[in-house]
Amino acid sequence: GFLIPYLIMLIAEGMPLLYLELAVGQRMRQGSIGAWKIISPYLCGVGVASVVVSFFLSMYYNVINAWAFWYLFHSFQDPLPWATCPLNSNRTGYEEECEKTSSTQYFWYRQTLNISPSLEASGSVQWEQALCLTLAWLVVYLCILRGTASTGKLEQLLNPKAWISAATQIFFSLGLGFGSLIAFASYNEPSNNCQRHAIIVSLINSTTSIFASIVTFSIYGFKATFNYESCINKVILLLLNAFDLEEGSLTADNLNEMKDYLMATYPQEYAQLAPQIKNCSLEAELDTAVQGTGLAFIVYSEAIKNMEVPQLYSVLYFFMLLMLGIGSMLGNTAAILTPLTDSRAIASRFPKEVISGVVCFVNCIIGLIFTMEAGNYWFDIFNDYAATLSLLLIVLVETIAVCYIYGIRRFEKDLYTMIGRKPNWYWKIMWAFVSPLLIISLFIFYITDYILTGTLQYQAWDATQGQLVTKDYPGYALAVIGLLVASSTMCIPLGALVTFVRKRLKRERVATVA
Amino acid sequence: MLRALLLILSVVAIAHAELCKPDAQNAFKVRISIKTALGDNAYAWDANEEYLFKAMVAFAMRRYSSKSTTQISNVLLCNVTDRVSFWFVVTDSSKNVTTVPGSEVEAAIRMNRNRINNAFLLSDKTLQFLKITSTLSPPVEPSTPVWLIVFGVVLCLIVAGIVFLIVSGIQKHKKKNKESTERENLEEKVEVTLENGIPCEALDLKAGHINGVFAADDDRFTSL
Repeated sequence: GFLIPYLIMLIAEGMPLLYLELAVGQRMRQGSIGAWKIISPYLCGVGVASVVVSFFLSMYYNVINAWAFWYLFHSFQDPLPWATCPLNSNRTGYEEECEKTSSTQYFWYRQTLNISPSLEASGSVQWEQALCLTLAWLVVYLCILRGTASTGKLEQLLNPKAWISAATQIFFSLGLGFGSLIAFASYNEPSNNCQRHAIIVSLINSTTSIFASIVTFSIYGFKATFNYESCINKVILLLLNAFDLEEGSLTADNLNEMKDYLMATYPQEYAQLAPQIKNCSLEAELDTAVQGTGLAFIVYSEAIKNMEVPQLYSVLYFFMLLMLGIGSMLGNTAAILTPLTDSRAIASRFPKEVISGVVCFVNCIIGLIFTMEAGNYWFDIFNDYAATLSLLLIVLVETIAVCYIYGIRRFEKDLYTMIGRKPNWYWKIMWAFVSPLLIISLFIFYITDYILTGTLQYQAWDATQGQLVTKDYPGYALAVIGLLVASSTMCIPLGALVTFVRKRLKRERVATVA
Repeated sequence: MLRALLLILSVVAIAHAELCKPDAQNAFKVRISIKTALGDNAYAWDANEEYLFKAMVAFAMRRYSSKSTTQISNVLLCNVTDRVSFWFVVTDSSKNVTTVPGSEVEAAIRMNRNRINNAFLLSDKTLQFLKITSTLSPPVEPSTPVWLIVFGVVLCLIVAGIVFLIVSGIQKHKKKNKESTERENLEEKVEVTLENGIPCEALDLKAGHINGVFAADDDRFTSL
């Protein structure tokens, strides 16, 4: 079902736009701000918008790596900490919250996040998560240091393999519009064959994504089946105990008939029991999707705990997750750092290590917000709203700028000088017509969907019930969302306005001097 | 004579029936899940098993208060269902037609829960005394949490890597600076020691000839 739109989007959008961004970066040999300034001075806002989006992204994304570290460090125990529930205070049973939900969910919501019941109840910073976040940022800093350790442009970045492995991350697909691609490509030699790279990167990325989604959905089905069966078993046990029936007389197959029989024979007792008897349904289990990042941690850890040598698989899985996450982070931080190091004003005064250190430090401090008790709700806000709308707009402006403002013929000539081959008609049609149209329609769809749903809502964890409940965002959260979207999208028109005003002033000054 | 015996028996039976009934005072409900615990090796619950149960409860009472003289006949079972579940009370042999207080029975069972479970090849979950909570054993926890140890190791490695890279970067920087200043100095030296287009180092080579006339001792020449 989802493969067809995915493949269409890949061919119509992913590959052409990836190629476009790579070529722009390689040709201009600058980060996103400088590259777009060269194409047209009015477009400096696009570069700034990309940097702002990357900045928001790097603020919250490293928290995922912090969680991966947390799970990785906890995988060296037997039994795994999320396999069993902890005991309650007087050791007569398991913790109440853990009884109501599963042990993996309890480990995620209570022992990892220590989540509060709503966004308003902020709570305090969780020191364990703060430590893991600091470690994640130190790892990113180490990798960045290594990247710019030699005289400016490292040889390793010219190697396509390092390129490809950086891009094959599942979380943010191809990373278009972040400026990270432009930043990476600016390290390429001008003669680098970016067309071939674009195709290879997007194909490998989609193969990895498809493979990962197959694995994810099969594990998801396993979890739903497991929960459904344990729900049925709970109901059976409840009925057996209440009516003192023989063991084995109630099975999953005859449950419904027996329920009707019992309702008819003992109406009073059955009525007393009725609120406790849940209607188990497999469809309901499949529908109760675990949201977003929780999927990676809850579903997979649940599957892993039922395997033979769970510690091994757990370590492998979370290590892989870390590799992917750190790879994405490197792209984002490169997108922020390259414009900073390209600009003369900052780069001449401070060495690269200090700039990277300051960026990492600032992001780490801001990221401590996401380690508070309500931090996961703020994380979801950033995850849902920081990037999506702005990216669509940025990519749209990029395509239109390159095709119509810079001129597609000029771009063709640049590509010819770089890789010795002109792009064929497929690329040109995609860039000029199909991709912009698709993006515009996506944009319209997104906005109408938002207008139709009315107020925004979020999923909050209710400890007393042991499940997620829907709540409305408070006023200030909505303001933050608006700020997130506005600050990146407004950069584009603001940039054009500022350049226009500056040019006007210069023209006037020249006119008065003359 | 026979009539008297029958009368006494019926009185005793009625007394027992009154003592042991669901929700009676000091009575406990027991729920046993043999098939869940043992699966294919499950045994059937019959009168012999009931006898064993009475014996275990009597044993528990005797062990708890060592001066007690509880007999198997003091333990009364009633209302056995198919589940398997039943109620039981422990009567006091010294006082007529009374039951041992529930708290004593509870304490005795708690103390000997393990022995009772093992006699029936069951566990706390499959042999349930409904009003008596069992103490679960907590998992073994080491004094320092394992994750902190791994975290510490990884942190030290990363910090060492960062320090190494920064220091080597600074050293490379210094070397580059020193090289560039050295090259400058070298060029100056070469300028000074250029005589007639020939650098003086070349003239110092051993390959040259030393003119003996001029290299003689200084006495033959007047000093300046």
